[in-house]
Amino acid sequence: MILVGKSGADDLVIRGARVLDPTEGVDLVCDVRIVAGVITEIGTSLDPNGVRVIEADGNLLVPAFVDPHVHLRTPGREDEETIASGTAAAAAGGYCAILAMPNTEPVVDNTDVLRGLRAQAAEEAEIPVGFTAAITVGQLGQQLTEMGELAEAGAAAFTDDGRPVATAGLMRRALEYNAITDRLLTLHCEEPSLTKGGHMHMGAVSAELGLGGWPSLGESLGVARELSLAGDTGQPVHLMHLSARESVDHLRAAQAAGVAATGEASPHHLVLTDEAVRSLDTNFKMNPPLRTEDDRQALIEALLDGTIGVIATDHAPHSREEKDVPFEAAPFGVTGLETAFSSLYTYLIEPGVLPLGLVIERMTAGPARTFGLDIPRIAVGAPANLTLINLAATWRVTEERFKSLSANSWLLGERLHSKVVLTIAAGRVAYEA
Amino acid sequence: MTERSLHVVSGDLRPPSDGERRHLLSVADLDRDDIDRLLATAHSFALSQERDTKKLPTLRGRLVANVFFESSTRTSTSFELAAKRLSADTLSMKASGSSVDKGESLRDTALTLSAYEPDVIVIRHPQIGAPQLVAQATHAHVVNAGDGKHQHPTQALLDLYTISESLGRLDGVHVAIVGDVLHSRVARSLVQALRLVGAHVTLVGPPPLLPEGLGVERSFDIRDIANADIVYVLRMQRERMEEGANYVPSLREYTARWGVTLDRLSPNQRVMHPGPMNRGVEIDPRVADSPQALVVDQVKAGLVVRMAVLYDLLTTGPVLVETTAEVA
Repeated sequence: MILVGKSGADDLVIRGARVLDPTEGVDLVCDVRIVAGVITEIGTSLDPNGVRVIEADGNLLVPAFVDPHVHLRTPGREDEETIASGTAAAAAGGYCAILAMPNTEPVVDNTDVLRGLRAQAAEEAEIPVGFTAAITVGQLGQQLTEMGELAEAGAAAFTDDGRPVATAGLMRRALEYNAITDRLLTLHCEEPSLTKGGHMHMGAVSAELGLGGWPSLGESLGVARELSLAGDTGQPVHLMHLSARESVDHLRAAQAAGVAATGEASPHHLVLTDEAVRSLDTNFKMNPPLRTEDDRQALIEALLDGTIGVIATDHAPHSREEKDVPFEAAPFGVTGLETAFSSLYTYLIEPGVLPLGLVIERMTAGPARTFGLDIPRIAVGAPANLTLINLAATWRVTEERFKSLSANSWLLGERLHSKVVLTIAAGRVAYEA
Repeated sequence: MTERSLHVVSGDLRPPSDGERRHLLSVADLDRDDIDRLLATAHSFALSQERDTKKLPTLRGRLVANVFFESSTRTSTSFELAAKRLSADTLSMKASGSSVDKGESLRDTALTLSAYEPDVIVIRHPQIGAPQLVAQATHAHVVNAGDGKHQHPTQALLDLYTISESLGRLDGVHVAIVGDVLHSRVARSLVQALRLVGAHVTLVGPPPLLPEGLGVERSFDIRDIANADIVYVLRMQRERMEEGANYVPSLREYTARWGVTLDRLSPNQRVMHPGPMNRGVEIDPRVADSPQALVVDQVKAGLVVRMAVLYDLLTTGPVLVETTAEVA
């Protein structure tokens, strides 16, 4: 089992929901019965038989979301996020499963740390969570971790996220060796010699502001390296948080050539551009950085044509004192679990840029399939992993609302449309508004 | 004996009187009207500085706090004197290098200063965005006296003032900015300001030090300064150069190809430099000491422009400046 956390055997009837499951090809108004945490009946006028009834009033019921890219900051920075707080935040965002990144203190690079986290998660995770492990010991780019043993102990995937695997030679070894596991290598693509001293996208805005530039090529050169190695070794790769048009072009070409490569985009890269950095608000500082409108359009095109199959938040909590400093002194990273769907709905779905069903697919089946997790489905016999969303609701993003221990959101102060009102994860009600 | 009068600058040049707390964080905060108003006010103050008694009572009882997290001689001196000439109280803080590394100390410093209820905080900081942070954290008007490679708006204003006084116009003036634009907040602010007033700008220097995207033309050939009215020489910011970054192979090669020398200038061109100068690197000493150089005029302009900025931020009514009446 890759995922650990609380599960349940709740009995419920959700009445009068607009049930939408793009994978199952379902979009109709009906009722859903859950018995002992499993969907047992989908129909109309279901008799509650004395169990709790949730009146959906036409709200949207979709398979719950899966986020393969979350920083839970545990162990080491439990002041910024804990397994309990991060998974509660995920539940509030409509997620039924998340994968945590291993760049903690200490790094998840051995089975002792991994087993400790999994034991802790079994107790306190509000939704099931999987823990990824590092590709190299300490993420230092010198020595491969014991990937075989880590996979047996439940590592969900392998990544040196936060930085690239240091050299092409070592990356090649990791790909070759990883053939003994059935876990994915999920890669942060960056060429450090091009991004050193970079604080934002290198372009007209960085030239004007005087901030050190982090060029598109800093990512796409890394993307080209990883795709070449994946093609050469015949091993699959997943490319995280893509931001540049050139990266997407490389990925599309590699996929067409038969390379087993998948890609991921984050809501902030889909909604914002480097123009936002003019405010010098440190909640617009992330790695990779916000890029141009042309890059944003490339990400949207890639989501539409399937080149990018995964929407992931790269939820990266930072304490107030870390972010409340001048732009150059601030760390990279923003939170996103609790705003992901609402932000995409407000800025992309409602204006007609992306179809609702496609976004749902890229937040549920897309990531689950990519990482070999069970696909959340609304079908009889499936475990209840469901999210109920009021599309008509509006809410203001404020610090007090967050379940996350950190509030470094790029949406602070914004009014968003649509609100998750109920999340059922692994048969258990994990969040209720 | 000179005659005193109240010189009323035209009503069009009034600062906004909506009571909103204003800052000068970036040239991007200004429009053409703001620049015209500030330069006109500076001109009035320049006339006042020709009198024996140079102090004006205008900002008596106001407090101007100068907070410098980065070494500075001319800017801090200029702001301090500007405040004193307007009769404001001044308070100066020079932060040590070590506290700069700890970002949280900036907010704490701002809060500590706030306890004295300064009307204006003038801040210089090595990190971009520090003045914005102070503006959020305090109730003072904040003036950016230089933040990293980002902005130095009062330098841009004093440069416009100097050009305007020297050539009698700003529209259509051709300015060649020579040298390390990439690391220069002076260049960034000046390019924005010059574009705002309709000047023509050419950046000249080594390719890696001339960023694209500033909306002005670039040239790698020093001969392209020939058509400029003003040759604006930037300091080679060696302290900002990361080791091994190789922006230029050597200072020797830089000087040989892009150094501003007398034989690269024609006599009618004016030369400016924000200081401090590396004589013999980006500028030949004979140029620096020639009558073509406006470097001392820039320093004088700095005083009256900063007086104008402080005055402008702290007044919302019509611009009434006590000056010596000019004899027709």
